[in-house]
Amino acid sequence: MATLDKNYLSYSHRSYGMDHDRYEWSMLTDRKPINWPNGKKVALWVNVGLQFFPLNQKGIPFKVPGGMTKPYPDLRHYSLRDYGNRVGIYRFFKALDTYNITPTFAMNTRLAERLPYLVGKLTERGDEILCHGYDMDKLHYGGQDIAEENELVKRALDGLRKLTGQDIKGWISPAKNESKNTPDILATNGIEYFCDWANDEMPYDFNTKTGKLTAMPLSSELDDHFVILNNLHSAKDWFNQVEDAFHFLLNEANTEGGRILSLNIHPWVLGQPHRIHYLEKILEFLGNHPDVWPASSSNILSTWKSQQG
Amino acid sequence: MKEDPKYYDYWPYENRPKIEWPNGAKVAFWVAPNIEFYELNPPNNPFRTPWPQPNPALPGYTSRDWGNRVGHIRQMKLLDKYGIRGSISLSTALCDHHPEIIKLCKERDWEFFSHGIYNTRYTYGMTEAQEREMIQDSMETIYKHTGQKCAGYLAPALSHSENTLDLFAEVGSELFGDEGGIYSCDLFHDDQPTPINLRSGKRFVSIPYSLEMNDTIAYLVQKVTPRRYGQELKENFDRLYAEGEESGTIMCIPTHNYQVSNAHRIKAYEEALEYITGHPDVWVTTGKEIASYFLEHYYDKVITDITEKKAQYGNIG
Repeated sequence: MATLDKNYLSYSHRSYGMDHDRYEWSMLTDRKPINWPNGKKVALWVNVGLQFFPLNQKGIPFKVPGGMTKPYPDLRHYSLRDYGNRVGIYRFFKALDTYNITPTFAMNTRLAERLPYLVGKLTERGDEILCHGYDMDKLHYGGQDIAEENELVKRALDGLRKLTGQDIKGWISPAKNESKNTPDILATNGIEYFCDWANDEMPYDFNTKTGKLTAMPLSSELDDHFVILNNLHSAKDWFNQVEDAFHFLLNEANTEGGRILSLNIHPWVLGQPHRIHYLEKILEFLGNHPDVWPASSSNILSTWKSQQG
Repeated sequence: MKEDPKYYDYWPYENRPKIEWPNGAKVAFWVAPNIEFYELNPPNNPFRTPWPQPNPALPGYTSRDWGNRVGHIRQMKLLDKYGIRGSISLSTALCDHHPEIIKLCKERDWEFFSHGIYNTRYTYGMTEAQEREMIQDSMETIYKHTGQKCAGYLAPALSHSENTLDLFAEVGSELFGDEGGIYSCDLFHDDQPTPINLRSGKRFVSIPYSLEMNDTIAYLVQKVTPRRYGQELKENFDRLYAEGEESGTIMCIPTHNYQVSNAHRIKAYEEALEYITGHPDVWVTTGKEIASYFLEHYYDKVITDITEKKAQYGNIG
């Protein structure tokens, strides 16, 4: 029988706070309450993932969730994901505009390179764009060569800035996966906030070797991909879960200060004809609710920042 | 390796001596919040890999951290509202990392029991001496930070050895006499308390801690919807309440702040707590109180019943 290393019962980080030095330990209820503009209670952050899953996926160090699963060429998954960028996203635009919801788009740079029409559409709309890495198969991961990751971040950010004309400040890694260097590299490359650490419901300060980043937690729990394709719940069940979450957050906001409802959604999931109705229904409900502030992630973040210190 | 851990005898769920809980309650109801610390970069264990991704494995780590930063207070408020004292299955290193949480629970007179040091340190591969040291460390840590003499055990991440229950009971007696190490939550074979056979012969009991009602099993393994989970809690209770008329049963809801306290899940949980505690014949209690009550009032009767049935029908073959 294999035995354990003699240090298995030594605990070098067993002391106050976290077991790393990236951020301070803090409970949400111990922080200063936040007020959203115009007395609104719940900021609605609709983050739309615009993703490119390449057919020739390498899967290093793992196959990205949502990526190819069959032997090459996995046409079923490739084309079903591409559906979102051809069809689903136009259903999303209509729904967002009908109910006056301000979205934020998290885009793979490779997708922006491939689809000038879609980039034109986004820049014409003027919504905020975050960088979602180069493509869904270019993962950032523990053990990755630092020079390779530096190049990857730079390629993703330079490319997206050039193509969109926006000074991209936000970042979401593919699969929210990182190496231990990712936050440092992002800070060096002009990123101000990133959304990979889903360990809170409000922004918080994050330490890097090269300066401060703000962590802007984007919940994975109500992600349409997670709820519908991982948990195998129906779109109607997703709707119910968002509804229940909203009522809970509103109630909490009434006594503890502003809260954020973050919805990470994908046109290849909710953009399907049999699911879009439930996205429309929740956007209609939230868009008409007097206590809801639909806002971009930057706008939510700057409001939060203005009330710190 | 053994075919059967030999912890308990066969004891059919009919014609058992009647258990009556305090004040004629039919169900002893307890909630066991797991308050855990998962390490970002735990050491390797040859039998189980802590995280699916190379370090840093953000999805799992951040979700658990969310439970401590955001989720804990949400569940605690709910338990306050329905007059429930939590019985905490504690990663005892959390006393060092997050003493604020320990303080809040202590103020509420919640029970603390051992769930190891970290939920990323597994029992697999430990020598008996190492496991004894780990268990002793966890019980001493609880005593040092809360003054409580740890009565119960749930092995970290449900990782066991053949010695786990024996060691827990023995270390409990060494540290705290008859008050320490009296019950285990590690076995899922019954809806009533069961005497456990240990090498020391100590009076020790298994208290039902339902894996089926465990929020993490429901949400991550069964992948049920929150509303469905709430319904299952009510249906589980209904049956145990009805059967508790014949002989007292136990219902446990084992929870995790990173699961049940999510904004989209907590409403369904609240509805179930409201429903359960709204019934008249429910003893809302803690794991230790159930174990102590059973040991005092029923342990001997049950041992006699089991012994008689073994004599009449034969032991497990």
